[in-house]
Amino acid sequence: MATGLTVNGEAVEARSDPDTPLLYVLRDELGLNGAKYGCGLGQCGSCTVMVDGEAVLSCLMPLLTVEGREVTTVEGLGTLEEPGPMQRAFIAENAAQCGYCIPGMMMRAQATLTANPDAKEVEIRQALEYNLCRCGTHMRILRAIRRAQDEMRNATEEA
Amino acid sequence: MTEHLRLTRRGFVGAAGSGLVVAFSMARADAQAGGEADVTSTEGLPGSLGDISQLDSWIRIDPEGAITVFTGKAELGQGIKTALLLVAAEELGVAPGELEIVSADTALTPDEGYTAASHSMEESGMAIRVAAANVYLLLLEAAAERLGADISELEARDGEIRGPGGTLSYGALAGSLDLAVAARPDVPLRDPSDFSVMGGEMTRIDIPPKVTGQPIFVQDLRPEGMVHARIVRPPSPGATLTAPNADDVETMPGVVTVVRDGNFLAVVAEREWQAIQAMRALEDAAEWETPATLPRQSDIHAWQRDNVSEVGTVDAAGTPEVGEARSVRMTFTRPYTLHGSIGPSCAVAVMEGEDLHVWSHTQGVYPDRAAIAEMLGMEPDRVRVSHVQGSGCYGHNGADDAAADAALVARAVPGRPVRVQWMREQEHAWEPFGPVMSMDVAGQVDEEGRITDWTYDLWSGSHVARPGGANKLLAANHLADPFPFELPDLQIVPPGLGDRNAVPLYQIPNKRILWHFVKPMPMRTSALRALGAHANIFALESFVDELALVAETDPVEFRLRHLQDQRDRDVIERAATEFGWSQDPLPRNEGRGFAFARYKNLAAYCALAMRITVEPETGRVRVHDVVAAVDSGEAVHPDGIRNQTEGGIVQSLSWTLFEEIVFDETRVTSIDWSSYPIMRFGSVPERIDVHVMDRPGDPFLGTGEAAQGPTAAALGNAIRSATGVRMKDLPLSPDRLAATLGV
Repeated sequence: MATGLTVNGEAVEARSDPDTPLLYVLRDELGLNGAKYGCGLGQCGSCTVMVDGEAVLSCLMPLLTVEGREVTTVEGLGTLEEPGPMQRAFIAENAAQCGYCIPGMMMRAQATLTANPDAKEVEIRQALEYNLCRCGTHMRILRAIRRAQDEMRNATEEA
Repeated sequence: MTEHLRLTRRGFVGAAGSGLVVAFSMARADAQAGGEADVTSTEGLPGSLGDISQLDSWIRIDPEGAITVFTGKAELGQGIKTALLLVAAEELGVAPGELEIVSADTALTPDEGYTAASHSMEESGMAIRVAAANVYLLLLEAAAERLGADISELEARDGEIRGPGGTLSYGALAGSLDLAVAARPDVPLRDPSDFSVMGGEMTRIDIPPKVTGQPIFVQDLRPEGMVHARIVRPPSPGATLTAPNADDVETMPGVVTVVRDGNFLAVVAEREWQAIQAMRALEDAAEWETPATLPRQSDIHAWQRDNVSEVGTVDAAGTPEVGEARSVRMTFTRPYTLHGSIGPSCAVAVMEGEDLHVWSHTQGVYPDRAAIAEMLGMEPDRVRVSHVQGSGCYGHNGADDAAADAALVARAVPGRPVRVQWMREQEHAWEPFGPVMSMDVAGQVDEEGRITDWTYDLWSGSHVARPGGANKLLAANHLADPFPFELPDLQIVPPGLGDRNAVPLYQIPNKRILWHFVKPMPMRTSALRALGAHANIFALESFVDELALVAETDPVEFRLRHLQDQRDRDVIERAATEFGWSQDPLPRNEGRGFAFARYKNLAAYCALAMRITVEPETGRVRVHDVVAAVDSGEAVHPDGIRNQTEGGIVQSLSWTLFEEIVFDETRVTSIDWSSYPIMRFGSVPERIDVHVMDRPGDPFLGTGEAAQGPTAAALGNAIRSATGVRMKDLPLSPDRLAATLGV
């Protein structure tokens, strides 16, 4: 039995068992790297992706619950050659140490800014409360998100 | 003026940068394929070049002019590859983007032992710098000969050498260069005033792939035909497997096999989720004997004091006698602490014929290879270990153990690459922990407010139990024919281990520092970032503030009073000035704290100040701002230094405020992020400023661990300033603080 969903803008028929958490479908079946395994318990946020624009913990989400829905991973924000605004901001701020938690942070931030382009610092911090970083890159992550926010707002104003 | 003439022959910084030997440095001259270096000529060569002096071990140029730099150090997320590229690019006279870097692979790179102890810039950085300067000089000499010109007439720029007779690319010259020669120690290095890339800013080369989902982590490797393995660990450190009961698991969908060897039990499946389901089923089915083997957690510090094997003198001078007047006595403690990588340990391995290849986020590919080869009874040269990045490790975490797991499982399914991924609860329960410590400190000041007497007694076990042999690998301990864990002995060495930074830099005429060494190890412990420096500096710098109170002196002034070294003083004054340190009254429940240390008493200097508010009802600490000054010697990549220091500050705040491994008499019970909480965004400081001291021409000083101790102590001092209460037992958790304040 296949489960139909959209991943980074492309229609996908996933063959994994419908009970399989989305994280393993993305990584093991579809070969994507952005969503990371961190705890499998919904405690660390490394596996954060967007489903229909909302940040979710893919380690807790069975495949069947995303049938017909739109999943975005960090690969959907841009490419190495043409990084998107969130990716450019993290690169510009050197906002990573080991970088393992960073894709999850970026997806949480993307969802937060999509829902609220004018999110204040305190709201961004609150949104990121789900996501753990062990290297202590928090200050840079916040700077990068503010930079991405500025760039996204400027792009909207120009449009 | 030509490039060459701008070089100055200044004194060689190497000796100062690398003169101190660390106990676990394992560099070997013969480890690299391709050549016997002339060991007689290595005298005066800095860093790892002293062990591996042949130029092509470090730098190669192909006929197209592509330059590759080789390092035995591993990228751990500290940005080392970027810093090493900057060093090589500077001396070679090319843009950093023109260089490739290959790191930590037993088949490709020099053996530089472990990537640890903040040594990489001193060891690999200096080796690459001098090797690159050698190669540059050889290029100039070759060009001079080809062009019939004098070296002084040549100018090198962008990978080309121009002279009166024409222009030659590095690639065109490469064919006539012999880089299979030993480096010369007397080559000129570029003068800091002429640096074009060193000391500048650069995007870390590993960040773009990390933020775009490239397969850069070992967790992302997917070689053709790969299977997924999960380990079923014993339910406790002392457990014995009595019946695996694996029959039903072997027939589960996708299961390839169950591997059992003594207490080592693993499942292998075609898909990852199948492997996890099989692991859970096997955990339920397997029967173990689980004796209670651990001391009670509430007794752990007393247990340590009852189990001292040996007492070592770390430092002594005069005749310390702490009397009653103007004196203080205190005991500080630290619990077992977790490395707590966000991505649990992982490794991929494949056994093909007689050869094993392991991909690991180990800190030491060569020592890990030796340990794995010993465990499997193989010749080391049939085992290749390649470093691939993992989640940050902060010391000796589960990386080497996961590599051993993958190797054992790969042997059971020859020809198929095996990916072993530890589960969250396995990382929390089975990584080697940062050791328990307790410190008795006593000190006295005279009527002029100077410290006269000081005694410091540390109780702690070993802080370094890395693989050197199979007996340091978790899986090897679990085999039917096991390699029993060998307990490390007391070692007192200049950089310190458990006693790291136990010796105050302050001038004290009468002092005695002892390490009461506890050899038995109820929990396996090993290197956690900064080793003993976190708790020793917490104790020492908390205590100095107490003596400053006795002396009725501002704590910054009190520190300066006891320090003559200008660099100690400079970093303290810089942090105090940038912070705006004063004794002005603060609002109720607000406090400021200061601390200073030179990491290992011989690496980077770090002073920092912070301002906090304590909520007495809940014990919650809000950190407003932290201002640090860091002196790392010549700063190759200042943003890298800031990044490491900011990270060290936040991580140390987390250790200091929240962290404690919890266990009962049988097993560790803090096995997830809810039972072992760490700092989340809601608690990180409002602002962190890191100021990097400008030290052109000075030797590189390891930086990555410099903030761990000062942060802990400045926090304790700020709490003291806010509440009047001295907190002595880590963590300074909200519960403990609220209970102490008793509001």
